[in-house]
Formats: sequence, C-alpha cells, structure tokens
Amino acid sequence: MTTPTALTTPAPAPTPTSAKAAVQPQRRGPSLGRIAAWAMMTAIVLVTLLPFYWILRTALSTNAGLAADPTNPLPVHPTTGGFERALGLQSTKEAIAQGGAGGGLDFWRYLLNSVFVSTLITGCQIFFSAMAAYAFARLRWRGRDTVFGLFLAGLMVPAIFTLLPNFVLIKQLGLVDNLLGIALPTMFMTPFAVFFLRQFFMNIPREVEEAALLDGAGKIRVFFRVLLPMASTPVLTLAILTYITAWNDYFWPLMVSYSDSSRVLTVALAIFRAQTPQTGVDWSGLMAATLIAALPMLVLFACFARRIVSSVGFTGIK
Amino acid sequence: MTVASTSPPLRRPRGDGALAALFVAPAMLGFLVFLLWPTLRGVYLSFTRFNLLTPAEWVGLDNYVRMVHDPIFWDSLTVTVEYVAINIGVQTVSALAIAVLLQRLTQSAVLRGIVLTPYLMSNVVAGIVWLWILDTQLGIGNEIVAALGFDRIPFLADETWAIPTIALINVWRHVGYTALLLFAGLQAIPNDMYEAAKVDGASEGRMFWRITMPLLRPVLAVVLIMTVIGSFQVFDTVAVTTSGGPANATNVLQFYIYGAAFGRFQFGYASAMSVALLVVLSAITFLQYRLTRAGHTDLG
Repeated sequence: MTTPTALTTPAPAPTPTSAKAAVQPQRRGPSLGRIAAWAMMTAIVLVTLLPFYWILRTALSTNAGLAADPTNPLPVHPTTGGFERALGLQSTKEAIAQGGAGGGLDFWRYLLNSVFVSTLITGCQIFFSAMAAYAFARLRWRGRDTVFGLFLAGLMVPAIFTLLPNFVLIKQLGLVDNLLGIALPTMFMTPFAVFFLRQFFMNIPREVEEAALLDGAGKIRVFFRVLLPMASTPVLTLAILTYITAWNDYFWPLMVSYSDSSRVLTVALAIFRAQTPQTGVDWSGLMAATLIAALPMLVLFACFARRIVSSVGFTGIK
Repeated sequence: MTVASTSPPLRRPRGDGALAALFVAPAMLGFLVFLLWPTLRGVYLSFTRFNLLTPAEWVGLDNYVRMVHDPIFWDSLTVTVEYVAINIGVQTVSALAIAVLLQRLTQSAVLRGIVLTPYLMSNVVAGIVWLWILDTQLGIGNEIVAALGFDRIPFLADETWAIPTIALINVWRHVGYTALLLFAGLQAIPNDMYEAAKVDGASEGRMFWRITMPLLRPVLAVVLIMTVIGSFQVFDTVAVTTSGGPANATNVLQFYIYGAAFGRFQFGYASAMSVALLVVLSAITFLQYRLTRAGHTDLG
C-alpha cells in the first residue's frame, strides 16, 4: 500500500496563482469566474482549517495572556501549562492559579477506554457483519431474502429510537458503567455494514470460490482464506469509518457510563468543560484537552487520508 | 446495479443451511437483541409509566395525551424543526457548492482531504472549539465582530442567535462529508456531457442547471434524506454548548427526551416522544422519497 501524503499539518491554502498555472493551457488568462471560484475555494479552506490553528494557539497560551491579548495570532505567553492541566500533571494548587478547575482529567485512562471501545466495536462489528454478508451473498438457504429484507428494514430505525430501550436492557444485564455495555449494541452488526459488505461479496466472480472448493477446501475455509482476504479493501474502508464513528460517539457512552472506569474521551471532555469555573473558563486547558482528544483521529487521518477521502463517497450512496 | 449471479448447477442440493445459520448467528443475535427487540420495546414502553426502579405499569395512551398537551414538547419540536431547516438548508447549498468546485475546478485529493477534516472531530470537540471562538469576551469571532464596528453578539447565550449558531457549528463539522457524498455523485456524470456543452458555448452556470442538477438529483435526494434524519437527532452540540438554554431556546427534541429519561426518570414519557420522533422521521423520509422521485435517474 502506498502511504498517502500526510496531512498532519494544515496544507497551505491553494493560491489563485498556483491554480492559474494548472488550468492555463487554453487561451486567454483565467476568467473572472475562475478567479471568483478559487477565491471561494480559498475561503472554504480557511473556514475549515483556521479553527484548528486557533485550538493550538489557545492551548499554548496562558489564560492571563488570552485575556490580555485576545487577538494575537500567536500563542500569548507560550506555555505547556494547558496541556499539563489537561493531562492531570499539574498540582491542584498550580492548576487553580493558572485558571484551571483543579479537577484533573485522567487522560490516559479515558484514552485507553476510547481505544478499547472503538477497537472492540470495529473489530467485532466488521467481522460478524462480514460473515453475515457472505451468507447473504454466497450461501443458499431458505428464507435468505426475507431475513436480509428484515436487516435492511433496520436501516430505517433511527438510533435515538433504540437508545432508551437499549439502555434499559444494558441496565438489566448489569452492564451499566461498563465498557462492554458501551460496545455491545453495535458490536455484532449494523445493517449498513452487512449491506455494504454483501455488495462486495456479490461482485466476486463465482469461479474464484469454485476453484478453491474443487481443491477440496470447505466453505468456511474458502471464506476465511480466499474471500475475506479479497475483501480487505472494503473491510479496511468500513473499519476506518466505523472507528471514527465509534470514537466520536457521545450520546450512548454518556448514557451508559457514570464513573472513570468506563468514561471515554468524548464524555470526559464534556465533563472537563462543565468543570471549568464559569467565572473565568480555563480556555487554554480546555483547548489543550480538545486537541489531545482529537489527536488520535488526526493521526488516523494522516495515515489513511486518501483512503478515508475516497471511501466517503464510496460508502454513502450505495 | 448488482445482479446476483444465479447459482450454477447444484452440487449440493440441500443448500448451505447449517453453515449459513452459523455465519448469520452473531449478526442475527445483535439484530434481534439490540435493534428489533428495543424497537418493539420502545413502542411498548411508550404506553407505560416506567422509572427503571419499579416494573413498567401500563397506562394506555396517557403519555401521548400528555405529550399533545405539553407546551414544552411542542416548543422543542419547533426548535428542532428550526434547527433542521437552517442546518440542512445551509449545509446542502454549501456542500453542493463545494462539490461542484471540487469537480469543475480541480480534482485535488488534498483539497478533498482538507474539506473533510472537521468530520474527524467529535461533535463535542466542535462544540467546545466554537464555544471558545464565539465567546463574548475573548473569542476571536466576537473580536472580529467588534473590530467591524458591531456590538458583540452573545451567539450561544441569546435566544435568537443560539439555534442558528448551533446549526452553523454542525454545518462546519458535516459539510465536508456531505460535499464528498455529492462529489461522488458528480463523478458519475460523464465528462463528455460537459465537453459537448462547452462546444455549444454553454456557460458554467447553464451547465450547472442543465446537466449537473438534473443528473445529480437522485444522489442529492438520498443525501438529503440521510442528512435530514441525522439532523433531527441533534444532541451532542447542544449538550456541550447551551444545555438547552437560554430559556429552552435550544431545547431540541432529543435533548428534551434525554432530560425526561435521565433527569426525571420518566422513561415511559420519553419513549412516547421517541415514537413521535420516529413517526415524524418516517413521514419525512416517505415524503422526500416521493417528492424527489429518488428511485429514478435521468441518466440515459
């Protein structure tokens, strides 16, 4: 696999000049419309990226500095204090002196929780969905189309609707405030994952499978050794998107977790925000925490940028 | 689209029943336990009084009667609709503009990547970042407003501004994703059509209305249905920015449902409101589908 160009640092906005060079071959100079279009594109890029820079700039400032010089484009009184507070590395006294709430963020624990939950959801959901998708696409059995139709109908049920009853169920299972309780509802399948992978399996020529069967392999073996490896591209695509979704989920984890033991980053971050004193919000600490919480997804993006980008259109419309 | 290759002469006349059962079992378990059963149970709970501590008690239509007479419910429905209208309106137009720019101006993958970055953030992160940017005292957004000679705007603390602000924050986070969905749809339009139109001297604007829009319509319809459904379920951003305030001005339906369930432990009532939301969403989906003739293409 080729590694796509990393996007960790915001790429410079394309300037009209670089564009001109690219589209010049035809007659005349760039038309007015083209210049306007590029101006629009530049504005879009700026609106998209500037908040990220502003997070960084704020995270590296002191709260006193932010208050004194709110418009400075550079970090004011550069410091790593915000990050230390977000990571719980500062003593309470020190943190309060710098505008923090004193309540720490047990960052590594939340990070670990987030990683655990997202990995569990992604791994299991895709594995089980792939098995089901194979059965729907490739095996012959009675009631197949009816069952698949039922799965598809599940696509229509909005998440909000199942959340409350699912919470009641998880509570009855004794899994409230448990990481497994957070993962369970989406761990086995989503209708979309099954649907998406089924499309792929349907398009694999039957001969591939048959050659392996003639060699004496069983169907289970064929699935694991031949078809699943062939599906690595759609599987990875789906995995990345599932991971992002699981990582960013807030509502369900908020319902299920009550203590540090099952708190994931999104929930912890919202709590950190609620903790900061209303009188003078600890913006620098908050932005540092925000950046740290977002960092894993930015790294993921840096590694798989091209794939993520092309997979969006790929998954959405089918 | 995809045609299932019909099975070749059967070597195993009995089919693969046992194996299929094994393969479908885990997904089936998840489907039944966490999707089908909760759906049925949600409907059942909506007819009960239930606080998690004592068994659910059947109360017939009480919750629905209460809902119809609950002014806060209607307020929150109104607020939600207002949110959806702004969010979807702005998002669809911007996404379409971005998608067309990405198609007609450049095919740069880097630009597509940049546009998608906010989508990687959680709603919580997006909410907090904009809370800071729009802060009345120190936020750079308000500094710019002030520098332009206007009064500072309490974007998230003012009843009129709060919903549009939250709607636009979510546009910021989702517009790139929507744009890429539309962009994928645009890629399916044969380039020859644009070439031919250009030879005939058509302008970009004309090409947009005569080629892009008609051919994109089916994709646009699907994307609209998806985004509207998602938009109705706004919660995270409200939870971290305004918590439903000021004075219920951003008390969107899902936030109200959450409050009823976890603030006041009225699970029956909360379920009834979820059913109402489900009905609204189904109706919208159905209407949109019919109105936009989503199933038909103009291609070919």
